[in-house]
Amino acid sequence: MLSTPEEKNKQPLLNQRRRMLLTIVIAALFLLSIILGGLLLDEGRITTNLTERNAPPSFDHLFGTDWLGRDMFARTIMGLSLSIGVGLLGATGSALIALVLGMAAASMGKIADRLISWIIDLFLSVPHLVTLILIAFTLGGGFKGIVVGLMLTHWPSLARVVRAEVLQVRSAEYVQMSKQMGKPRWWIALHHILPHISPQILIGFMLLFPHVILHEAAVTFLGLGLSPHEPAIGIILSESMKYLSSGMWWLAFFPGLCLLIVVRTFDQIGEYLRVMLDPTRAHE
Amino acid sequence: MQLDAKDVGFRYGNGEWLFRGVNFTINPGEIVGIVGPSGQGKTTFARILAGFENPIEGTVTLGGLPVKKKGYQPIQLVFQHPEKAINPRWKMQKSLREGWEPERALLEAFGIEQEWLTRWPNELSGGELQRFCVVRALGPETRFLIADEMTTMLDAITQAQIWHAVLEIAKKREMGVIVISHEAKLIERLCSRVVTLNKNE
Repeated sequence: MLSTPEEKNKQPLLNQRRRMLLTIVIAALFLLSIILGGLLLDEGRITTNLTERNAPPSFDHLFGTDWLGRDMFARTIMGLSLSIGVGLLGATGSALIALVLGMAAASMGKIADRLISWIIDLFLSVPHLVTLILIAFTLGGGFKGIVVGLMLTHWPSLARVVRAEVLQVRSAEYVQMSKQMGKPRWWIALHHILPHISPQILIGFMLLFPHVILHEAAVTFLGLGLSPHEPAIGIILSESMKYLSSGMWWLAFFPGLCLLIVVRTFDQIGEYLRVMLDPTRAHE
Repeated sequence: MQLDAKDVGFRYGNGEWLFRGVNFTINPGEIVGIVGPSGQGKTTFARILAGFENPIEGTVTLGGLPVKKKGYQPIQLVFQHPEKAINPRWKMQKSLREGWEPERALLEAFGIEQEWLTRWPNELSGGELQRFCVVRALGPETRFLIADEMTTMLDAITQAQIWHAVLEIAKKREMGVIVISHEAKLIERLCSRVVTLNKNE
């Protein structure tokens, strides 16, 4: 692509590292406020207060109140803190499953590899959401159902990456030398292979996290996830759907926006990490 | 303990035979050269001798018995590219001590300085790294050392230093050395016997 000299010399206002730093700061602020909020706010803040029903956003109620007079700001914060908790559990579980299965596929022989690759393909061929709904429904819904469902559905693509990485490092000469030095398999896996794939696991985890939060919200929105009396974002959104037509836009707008920002910032951090840790893409 | 390869044949997958019916013997303390044109399977043969690869046909025996698979291998191989044979995420001392604990005198014989031990592999040159690879392969249980183009990419002085140290140890321990190289002069200087690996023979 041709560009004029001025265009070439124009520096972007923020370079890659600055952008990443900014995103991390936003994410950290969000996390902090959500965790603190989740700890400080108790059920008392979201009790029904029928004298202040349907109030639009004001300084008393930053995000307004709903049809039962509950403060939407408190509900949003509590909902996000619940969502992030579920997201963390789900993403950690998924990353662990991916790590174990990926390493097993690459180092336990042909039959294990075929079997695990087949399972990965099987899970990838069905949309996440369908499997997730199925598993959550089978386990009776609720917190446990949704967390187990999320763990069991988000690992396949990361497992595939881990498998490929392990296969690659296993054929490296220094790993073959290690065998020659009389090191057992588990020692090689722990000292040579695990450090090699840990950046991939970290990136995978960071990218899984927002994904998991979104799917949790989606399933809860559909009414198959967390139970309705818990203030999850999905539930807040699905409840406010009924009131949107009566002009109470703040019910869905603020929680939705917060969810979007959380998901987007974590996704961005994951992307930046990937670009920075992957030498072939470091200059993009 | 004699290292014996009997009627060894190898091919990758279902491809053409790289070589078949290769017989090779080396006695302790002997220094044997293997020569041959590129692509004739010298490196593959070395890998089979060292147990990296299993021969498709034929056997490799050490003192009449098949070579043990577990533990420190009595037949060690040194590759041509030291930067690939050392984990880039480990400090040098961890790589050096992976198989055994070399004493200081040995490090000095190979010209390895103490301060290199705390460096990362990318902070050392190829020649410096290769010294580590050689020392790592010279554990007390090493009966045979296979040097696959071990000093090809090094300068003459480093080559001389490394070979000098290796030969001394080979003499002291009655260790056999197999030298694979394209340098006729080097082979001539080092080896008491030369074997040609050639498909057509």
